[in-house]
Amino acid sequence: MLFLILFTSLLLGGAYALMAMGLTLQYGVARIMNLSIGETLVGAAFAAFWLQTQAQVGPLWGLLVITPAAFVLNWLIYRHLLTPLVRRAKNRGMLEVDSILATFGLLFILQGVMLALFGGNYYSYSYFSEPVELFGHTFALNRIVAFAVAAAVALALYLGLNRTRTGTAVRAVSVDPVAAGLVAIDVARTSALAFAIGGALTACGGALLSMFLTFNASMGVVFTTKALIIVIMGGVGDPRGAVIAALLLALAETTVATLVDPGLTLAATYGLFVLILLFRPQGIMGRRTA
Amino acid sequence: MKTRFLRAAALATATLLPLAIAGNALAQEIKSIRIGAVAPKTGPLAGGAAMTQWPNVRLWVDQTNKAGGIMLSSIGKRVPVELIEYDDRTNNEDTVKAVERLATQDKADFIIAPYATGANLAAAPVFAKYGYPQLAVNSVTDRGPELGKRWPNSFWMLGGGTEMTTDQVRMLKKLQSDGKIGDTVAMSFVADGFGLDMANGARKALKDAGFKVVYDKSYPLGTQDLSPIINEVKALNPDVFLAFSYPPDTFGLTEQARIAGFNPKVFHTGVGTPFPDYRDRFGAATVEGVMGTGGWDPSTPRMQAYIEAHKALNGKEPDGWASSVTYASLEILTQAIERVGSLDRKAVIKELQTGRFDTVLGDFKFRNNIREQPWAVGQWQGGVFRAVAPHDKQGAVEPVMKPAWQ
Repeated sequence: MLFLILFTSLLLGGAYALMAMGLTLQYGVARIMNLSIGETLVGAAFAAFWLQTQAQVGPLWGLLVITPAAFVLNWLIYRHLLTPLVRRAKNRGMLEVDSILATFGLLFILQGVMLALFGGNYYSYSYFSEPVELFGHTFALNRIVAFAVAAAVALALYLGLNRTRTGTAVRAVSVDPVAAGLVAIDVARTSALAFAIGGALTACGGALLSMFLTFNASMGVVFTTKALIIVIMGGVGDPRGAVIAALLLALAETTVATLVDPGLTLAATYGLFVLILLFRPQGIMGRRTA
Repeated sequence: MKTRFLRAAALATATLLPLAIAGNALAQEIKSIRIGAVAPKTGPLAGGAAMTQWPNVRLWVDQTNKAGGIMLSSIGKRVPVELIEYDDRTNNEDTVKAVERLATQDKADFIIAPYATGANLAAAPVFAKYGYPQLAVNSVTDRGPELGKRWPNSFWMLGGGTEMTTDQVRMLKKLQSDGKIGDTVAMSFVADGFGLDMANGARKALKDAGFKVVYDKSYPLGTQDLSPIINEVKALNPDVFLAFSYPPDTFGLTEQARIAGFNPKVFHTGVGTPFPDYRDRFGAATVEGVMGTGGWDPSTPRMQAYIEAHKALNGKEPDGWASSVTYASLEILTQAIERVGSLDRKAVIKELQTGRFDTVLGDFKFRNNIREQPWAVGQWQGGVFRAVAPHDKQGAVEPVMKPAWQ
């Protein structure tokens, strides 16, 4: 039973983690609270669906198209839509409010485009949906594959942030954009990069989720809410926090669903959220602000 | 001085012009019958509405206008219909506002009932206030007879949780007495309108029929991981699995059950099961024997013609539950208007209450403003969704035991 709970929550947490890492990069580094992140995720799910059903390209190969495309698209969004807001913002609070309003608008534009292209219907497809036997329990192969890819991507991100020069610059901007500028880091470029990587991660998560979830054009907000909770729980700006919080959340949901009542999973999610806010308001990996 | 005059003139024109146009319109003869429609195009229920509501509205408008329109004997000619559509964003407040607007601003002649139980209940007082007939299809409520009494302009066509689950349990009971299934039942349902209504009905009906309910738990709307439910239920090894789910959960539960090799003799999921997308997603061989809320009799010539027309216009098949009922509600509206011969809504409501109609569902008559004996359960058999309960209604087929997942 314990193994079943742990493994089920691990598989669920992997998918949550990618999306939350995307949001934490966008918010923690680029300082953009991106409310349209759920739409980015659903958009990627639609792209994966289209590739699988129309072009006969499986979602794993599709990732090689979807992720770079999301990167470019998010780069362009940051450069042309959000940079003017960054320029005119007098302080962080102002940028936060402006970016929330701007991405709230973006949410409806993206949703509208998806509705125009795909309509309001539910979509899903079969990919790797075979049972796999592990220690006497059965799991879906597509969930295991999705988790493995998510883990690989998360590891690559971690190494990239900690072992490369650009990664160090990204972390520096996350800590203090002004000080980062003083040591010759191009803050505008680094922020754009972080925003674009965040979008790419989210899209990657969306393509992976589409392998086993049924989705439609209006579902983005569900994921945005979840990502928001995870990011705040994990500590803004730290991808490690996002991963831990995602796994914790999944563990709480699965444990309650299995041992208590599936009807209480939402209560478990928000209960955990409240506990963390009460006892560690800066988040699991967050730094206490001076 | 000059600008002030201009402003006053502009103001006067702006105020008077609409009046003048309105006055003019009264004098003119009826050019079109204005039909209002409000249902989700965005929001959580957009997927369901895109399956059962909008395609049928479109089909009806298309067919009506190709035939020249609705015959109004009072002016002695056919008048085409003109559709005014609103998206309520799956928000009941917006539904009410849109119906209000259709009645007062757009001066719609008739308004198609909105989509989903909550929206229909919320909009019912507005339909009543302005005297529009409300042919509510996409709403499952036990209160149909009571609502029909309170608002005689409202008609409820899809049935209620108690009635449907009673028919469902009667069918299960028959399977049991034929020795095909045992007496253990597991029940999972979404903690939202439809799931709660059906679960409440089923719980009582199962108890009265002497079934043993070994699992009876809800899950929240929008749950993404349904594997804990299937794992727990599988361990209990029930004869019957009843889920009252929404489309994403219907797909998710089926997927998980297949993966986990959970093979009860009766596997039943809720909304979405009769969608052709459901069969196409898993394959006809996989969904063979899966039961789902709803049902229809697709074998009649009328239904066949409807299916063909629906495919030709919308590029996809209708679903095996509410689609044909939605279409029938519009056929009924057309016939009621034609019999009255004018756009007199009061007379149309009277005709709806008392008349007999020839529809895709067969000969149709409202009793106390509700549809009698609606279909409760259907089953995928050989790639076609067919009604199996009420098992004693004409058009029902014999249920088959679900084979193990393919």
